[in-house]
Amino acid sequence: MRNSILLLVVAGFAMFLYTAFSQYQVPEVPNATADYYLTNEPSELGAANVVTAIVVTYRGLDTLGEVTVLFLTATIIGFMLSHSLPANQQVKIPSTSEILVTASRVLIPGSIILGTYVFINGHLTPGGGFQGGAIIGTAMALMLLADPTKQLSKHLMHGVESLSGIFYVLIGLAGLIWAGGFLDTRFLPQGEMGQLLSAGAIPIIYSLIGLKVGAEISNIVSGVHQTEA
Amino acid sequence: MEKISLLILLVLSLIMVAAAVMAVLSKKLPTAILASGIISLFASVVFLILASPDVAMTEAAIGAGLTTFMFFIVLRKIERQNNEK
Repeated sequence: MRNSILLLVVAGFAMFLYTAFSQYQVPEVPNATADYYLTNEPSELGAANVVTAIVVTYRGLDTLGEVTVLFLTATIIGFMLSHSLPANQQVKIPSTSEILVTASRVLIPGSIILGTYVFINGHLTPGGGFQGGAIIGTAMALMLLADPTKQLSKHLMHGVESLSGIFYVLIGLAGLIWAGGFLDTRFLPQGEMGQLLSAGAIPIIYSLIGLKVGAEISNIVSGVHQTEA
Repeated sequence: MEKISLLILLVLSLIMVAAAVMAVLSKKLPTAILASGIISLFASVVFLILASPDVAMTEAAIGAGLTTFMFFIVLRKIERQNNEK
């Protein structure tokens, strides 16, 4: 009886979603805000990926807030983990499968290069700092999964994270001094659209975000790995 | 919306629903983790078809990649502790 009611609710929700979905049309003309960004962004900022231009420059303060939220999360998780017992190193480590170890040797360098590519090319291709950082964090998780005895240097990770955060804010202040306002990326030359070194300070900011997110996620992963639950 | 892309999206979402049911009902934990990773993987394909590659990338990197690996690390920890007892 209870299950059939649940099933009815789910089916009704599915019907509702289907009707909403089948009537969805990709609009021919973008709305006023989107139109503003699409027409003015190439001349104002010169980033080939308009989404990145919006995330890093037009809504730069939101991104700074987002990075701060992630930083607070990482800090709180680190605080919680530091109160649990450290892992006993004498415990015999279960052997990892040969397939995982061999595959990780190919996958880890590839993932790190892919992550770096994604955040350096954030202003040209889809993706950016957050996605690239997550890919790098995944590579670190894979490394710890394949070889549980490995340890990430906590000081290095904290150093990368803090330095990239500080430089992010400093670049924002540079925009305040030499360009229109806080986090205005136009104090560096705009360059030719589509080149790696173009769109002002956008690639620098997104690379810093990528390093910061990658270091934070790696820190969380290794923290979980090293402590006894 | 065009008939063909609607059909593809429907098939993808049905696979996602099937994977979600599998993640809940599966008795083996690794299977459940992989099933929940499949949901994110197909969700990222759906986002790609709906013309938002940036969101698709986030979903694939975080949902399908990072979360799955995190679950496996935690699963291994739990198994190690169970072996000690």
